[in-house]
Amino acid sequence: MNKTESYEIKIKPIKTNFYLNFRELWDYRELFYIFAWRDIKVRYKQTVLGIAWVLFQPLVSMVVFTIFFGNFAKIPSGNLPYPLFVLCGLVFWTFFSNSLSAAGSSLISNENIIKKVYFPKVILPLSAIVTGSVDFVINIILLFAVGLYFRFIPPLLILPIILLGYIISFLTASGLGLFFSALNVKYRDVRYIIPFFIQTLIFLTPVIYPTSIIKSSVKALFMLNPMAVVIESMRGVISGSIGIDFLGLGIASLIALVIFLTGLAFFNATEKFFADII
Amino acid sequence: MKPIIEVNHLYKKYKIGEKQRYYSFRDTLVDLAKAPFKQKNKIKNNTFWALKDISFKVMPGEVIGIIGRNGAGKSTLLKILSRITPPTKGEITLRGRVASLLEVGTGFHPELTGRENIYLNGAILGMKRTEINKKFDEIVEFAEISKFLDTPVKFYSSGMYMRLAFAIAAHLDPEILLVDEVLAVGDIEFQKKCLGKMGEVAKAGRTVLFVSHNMEAVSTLTAKAIYLKNGASQHYGKTADVITQYVNANKKQARTYEDKTPSTEPKITKVQLFTSLPNNVQKNGDKMVIEISIKNTSPIHRACLSFQITDAKDRNFAHLWTFDSETPMCRSAGTHIIRCLIPKLRLYMGKYFLKIYLSEPPGGEQFQVLENICPFEVVMYGKRREFQWQPNTCAYLEDATWEIIP
Repeated sequence: MNKTESYEIKIKPIKTNFYLNFRELWDYRELFYIFAWRDIKVRYKQTVLGIAWVLFQPLVSMVVFTIFFGNFAKIPSGNLPYPLFVLCGLVFWTFFSNSLSAAGSSLISNENIIKKVYFPKVILPLSAIVTGSVDFVINIILLFAVGLYFRFIPPLLILPIILLGYIISFLTASGLGLFFSALNVKYRDVRYIIPFFIQTLIFLTPVIYPTSIIKSSVKALFMLNPMAVVIESMRGVISGSIGIDFLGLGIASLIALVIFLTGLAFFNATEKFFADII
Repeated sequence: MKPIIEVNHLYKKYKIGEKQRYYSFRDTLVDLAKAPFKQKNKIKNNTFWALKDISFKVMPGEVIGIIGRNGAGKSTLLKILSRITPPTKGEITLRGRVASLLEVGTGFHPELTGRENIYLNGAILGMKRTEINKKFDEIVEFAEISKFLDTPVKFYSSGMYMRLAFAIAAHLDPEILLVDEVLAVGDIEFQKKCLGKMGEVAKAGRTVLFVSHNMEAVSTLTAKAIYLKNGASQHYGKTADVITQYVNANKKQARTYEDKTPSTEPKITKVQLFTSLPNNVQKNGDKMVIEISIKNTSPIHRACLSFQITDAKDRNFAHLWTFDSETPMCRSAGTHIIRCLIPKLRLYMGKYFLKIYLSEPPGGEQFQVLENICPFEVVMYGKRREFQWQPNTCAYLEDATWEIIP
């Protein structure tokens, strides 16, 4: 009985939290893993290529972009060969966009669970992004392989840059993902907005072109996009010639953090009513 | 000892609009534009109280039944207790780990195997991995699916699926278990197994809150019960007393069901009994006629009409039905009267109700379900017998002949 008495939950009318309840998240960590595990398990069921799809997506995009933008449009790629140049962008971009769309639809695709069981909802969009992280690791290995093929041996500095880039992409994608997923519960329009949003964003991010072709007057504005900074830094470190813009990375980290916290605050403020309106 | 569940002045308000499937930006914009033209009191009418001032205490180890008609707030109460939706006012204190079973098989993924779904569903219901590992063999045995453990559940028969889903739920081991009407699904054997398992849980000292329409189940499983009516608690006490109250409340119903409110959906406007004696009193063995009026504003294709004869404890005694294929009905808009004639009603003496279903064939739309309407009484007056008729001797009388074989 002692065990029972020490455990106490109070249920009260809506109390809005703007921060993460880490203790509760820790209590639900197993559910978090299991959602991520389920998504990984289920994703490539009944496909012929299976897990190879993870490699296929950026590889095909790389080839297509190289043909059209590298060869036909002759977009400059600095001192990197265009395939390697575009793959640098694609690795982070694929992670960002897949994470954003998976997180954005995570609540409505788990609607039946939300209506029947209590758990901190924030684990749904976050675990969807963790699933995407597995792909990210595989794609980084692919990037190294393509780099070696073109005889680019990256310096050791690349590892902390990848890690920081990953954290910035994660925070940005989850901030936007949390925001969109919460909005999606009430307004199903979001379902149609997200792909459009991602499509527009790829042109505002230097995935297929370098920032060097942007007029310097708007370049500063461009660098407010954390993904742009991440991709440019990655290219810089892999080519070994351009210096890393540490100030830019610092600002990008800060912006990513603000996006994350804003998304989280919006999510937490609306979470209590998900079960009633989903 | 402190109560394990303490509910203090609990209220829950819903906006009627929230029952709507989902919004789009356009709807909100339209609403915003309309808002200034709406009368204030109209907006007030858009809300309703699903729960009004509910307070009760439950001691550890108690098993409490929650009864009431559809829409009385039973499920809302469970949803608040399981923290799925927040209360509008009031407070609840829970002194123990809670597991809620509002549905069996929540989160089952069709592509995953039985084994994988045990872990997935177990985690969703709040079991730890080590706990599932420990109970894994027991679950598999209870579900009787060991052969198909590594088959994706999408290939399971619905029976196997339900057995697996319930087996996981039955092995939940929380201090407080909240159970909604999950026993309503599945066959009789399955229901019995579930009830048995629930009884075990109760005996093991767990606190259980159990919502059900099945008075039989409530009276066998619980010692105390709460009767909810229109969101308010009518009575909280010994199960037998609460059930009596509930049954009496249901009895005070019109002998003829009538509903004159307009609707665009097909609906039953009137149900009338023609019993062999006046005032809905029927003699066993005599003819009984039931007339059901249906109003539909557009034609129904392949309508199905059926009813059950139930008693106050919601036990089903008879089932009668007709389909459009044999009795063409409601094929045009208008009011249609469908008559059912029972030449010799064999039901034994007692008090009964009708439960009527108007729907499309299984899988189609269910237009209406009317429960506990047209109360009637079956009597044995004038049926000769050497001894007096005793209540509850049987469910119905069978025609038979007796002879001595020399």
